[in-house]
Amino acid sequence: MAPDAYDVVVVGGGNAGLVAALSARRHAESVLLLERAPTWRRGGNSRHTRDIRYAHNPGEPFTTGEAYPEEELLDDLLRVGGGQNRQLAQLVVEQSCSVAEWMTQHGVRWQQPLTGTLHLGRTNRFFLGGGKALTNTYYQAAEAIGIRVEYEASVEDVLLNGGTTVGGVAVDRGGRRSEVQARSVVLTSGGFEANLEWLRRYWGDAVDNYVIRGTPYNDGRVLATLLDKGAATAGDPKGFHAVALDARAPKFDGGIATRLDSIPFGIAVNKFGKRFYDEGQDFWPKRYAIWGRLIAEQPDQSAYSIVDSRMLDCFLTSLYRPFEAPSVGELAVAMGLDAASVRETVQAYNVAIRPRGRFDPAALDDCATEGLEPPKSHWAVPIVEPPFYGYPLRPGITFTYLGLAVDACARVQMSDGRVMDNLFAAGEIMSGNILSSGYLGGFGLTIGTVFGRIAGTEAAHRARG
Amino acid sequence: MNSERSVAIAEKTFWQLEVCNACRYCEGYCAVFPALERRRRFTPADVVYLANLCHDCRACFYACMYAPPHEFGVNIPRALAEVRERTYAEYALPRVASDLARRHVWLLLAVTLLSLVFFGFIAVPNGLFQRHQGPGAFYAVVPYLAMLLPALLLSIYAVGVMLAGAFAFARDIGGQRIGLADVRAGLLAAREALTLRYLRGGTAGGCYYPTERTSNSRLVLHMLVFYGFLSALAATIAAAVLQDFLDQLPPYPILSVPVIFGSAGGVAMIVGATGLLYLKSRSDRAPADAHTLNLDWLFLVSLDVVSITGMLLLLARDTPAMGPLLVIHLATVLALYVSAPYGKFAHVIYRYAALVQNRVESR
Repeated sequence: MAPDAYDVVVVGGGNAGLVAALSARRHAESVLLLERAPTWRRGGNSRHTRDIRYAHNPGEPFTTGEAYPEEELLDDLLRVGGGQNRQLAQLVVEQSCSVAEWMTQHGVRWQQPLTGTLHLGRTNRFFLGGGKALTNTYYQAAEAIGIRVEYEASVEDVLLNGGTTVGGVAVDRGGRRSEVQARSVVLTSGGFEANLEWLRRYWGDAVDNYVIRGTPYNDGRVLATLLDKGAATAGDPKGFHAVALDARAPKFDGGIATRLDSIPFGIAVNKFGKRFYDEGQDFWPKRYAIWGRLIAEQPDQSAYSIVDSRMLDCFLTSLYRPFEAPSVGELAVAMGLDAASVRETVQAYNVAIRPRGRFDPAALDDCATEGLEPPKSHWAVPIVEPPFYGYPLRPGITFTYLGLAVDACARVQMSDGRVMDNLFAAGEIMSGNILSSGYLGGFGLTIGTVFGRIAGTEAAHRARG
Repeated sequence: MNSERSVAIAEKTFWQLEVCNACRYCEGYCAVFPALERRRRFTPADVVYLANLCHDCRACFYACMYAPPHEFGVNIPRALAEVRERTYAEYALPRVASDLARRHVWLLLAVTLLSLVFFGFIAVPNGLFQRHQGPGAFYAVVPYLAMLLPALLLSIYAVGVMLAGAFAFARDIGGQRIGLADVRAGLLAAREALTLRYLRGGTAGGCYYPTERTSNSRLVLHMLVFYGFLSALAATIAAAVLQDFLDQLPPYPILSVPVIFGSAGGVAMIVGATGLLYLKSRSDRAPADAHTLNLDWLFLVSLDVVSITGMLLLLARDTPAMGPLLVIHLATVLALYVSAPYGKFAHVIYRYAALVQNRVESR
């Protein structure tokens, strides 16, 4: 074989790529993993994950011990708007049963029950140390079994032979471009959420006010290359998943620490000082995922969360200190808002609150507004106790939905109906097949792990057979 | 009387802890993160507490997506090591000595040198380079009182300074709840200290030392040093009993309690300290603090020197080398005593007090 030739080349070193490489190496002699980031930022957006969702029987360790049947997981997936490709959705749900054991076998360690604020989940398992620890573990496992890993290696082209085969990839290593031959190629290079120009095509200058929560390297370069070559797509092209973030977060890679949980405990107003959505519609873990989009729809993609001093201990601490002022008007001015309109909004909210509600942050309580538009359905307590606190908010984009259509063997499909023999995809680059809109916490990793295993194994078989 | 000490905490240390409190991915690794989550904002005393609760297992550093060169620059093991090092200087009184102790190597060398001169001056007229054998042979070189009084005074000084530091520390970090008064918490914390629970990495299976892979080598070597030290201490007590209650003068036979415990402890400390020095030489500097590294090196080297000279003394006690070895060994022991409250040795008391506080507040 030529020096730069491998049985399997994996493009992208996040969870799906690592799982694919580890799976491929069981059957393939030579496996190359090309990671675009430098070592310290390796792992794509998997670095920011912390738990994985999987179907399981009762008595499972590192969960609450209650069952999470396959049917329930599938229902949950369909309810949030997933499962466009029903066959693939069912495949992921079925195979999710074995992901936790597979991860343990590959060195992943799990978080034990603690007395801390974050308890074990019923549906999800938390891995010890979060996503960077997870990918570190996989990188060590990969090196231990002789997988070659290259960093700062950016794949610029995927070399399709015409017909249904791929011959390799073109790689840029620090400005030197060369070709790597491969018997199989697995694409696990993520979505395009960090590509502001691509997002601008759909959303215009609003993107200047978006925050990208994850790695700056997910610019969708490989995805775009494949779409140019006629690959079929899956998932909403314009779609992205976004949450409410502190507006002071860095443009890229702020991750989990910049999120804000204050919204249900006060009101949220836009730049004109007006409320725009029911802040107390449901428990925050069930609603935080819609607030990114809600804020993105406001003028200048901006919003402001306002609480009074009694509520400060009801939500997790924020990374950035809140604005603080002795009166609502002064708080508004400190945040660059019109004092009169914010005062008016707060007064209208305060007087609309139904009397004699009992505030209970742990329940869907009976503190609600009456005759207010939009209403606040729970946890509506007057904002009266100084000092007053405010947080500026922006939409924080987690991932994009548009991806490559694949079949149950993870083979890439072309828009003219061809199915590629030795070109595979796994992870965020194909999650639109299964999660085409909406969001299910910890399920992105499930898709990446299940399809990483399938793609790696199939790629190795194709390379050896 | 307000005697609260103040360890100056860098603004960027507060920032890093606030990143942790907003992230919380590391809460499964050790006691530091759950303790941090029990607080919304941090006072300097909180940071001092967290710093001494940290065992420097480094798991959080390698797991952190915000570690440098990320713009958040989170490096908890290094930030907390800086604070720990200042804790030792701040809580050990008198302050003059702690300033001197920050130039630790000079303190150690000065005390060693002074002691060498002192014991040498006493020993030369007694035939320092001659062979001495039989009961009382050591005292023929350095008379009993000349040996006992400096050692006793300096060890009382060292223990006194450390205890005073421990109480001041416990009061400062505990606020109204004085942790050391709590017996159950004290016992649970003692178990955590004696088993080195937080060098085990929980489910990770070891700490991330000397480099990014989990390993139990530091746990094992630290155990050897600690239990070796206890064994040597037991040997000293046994020797005192033999001498003062049973009227048997040293040197003692090979198959006697002091020699068995002393040599077992000595060998364990040599293996442990040398092993830890080797690990340290290979250890990742990224999560380390330079000042703390210096303290660690000095402590391990002086412990090693004390143990090696002690073992050589045992091996050569029937030769003319006994006199010089005895003088050298005594001098290194005195230096270890004097420097103990200001250096790495002091971690024993501050970490234990932090473990007690953790048990009190996590109930």
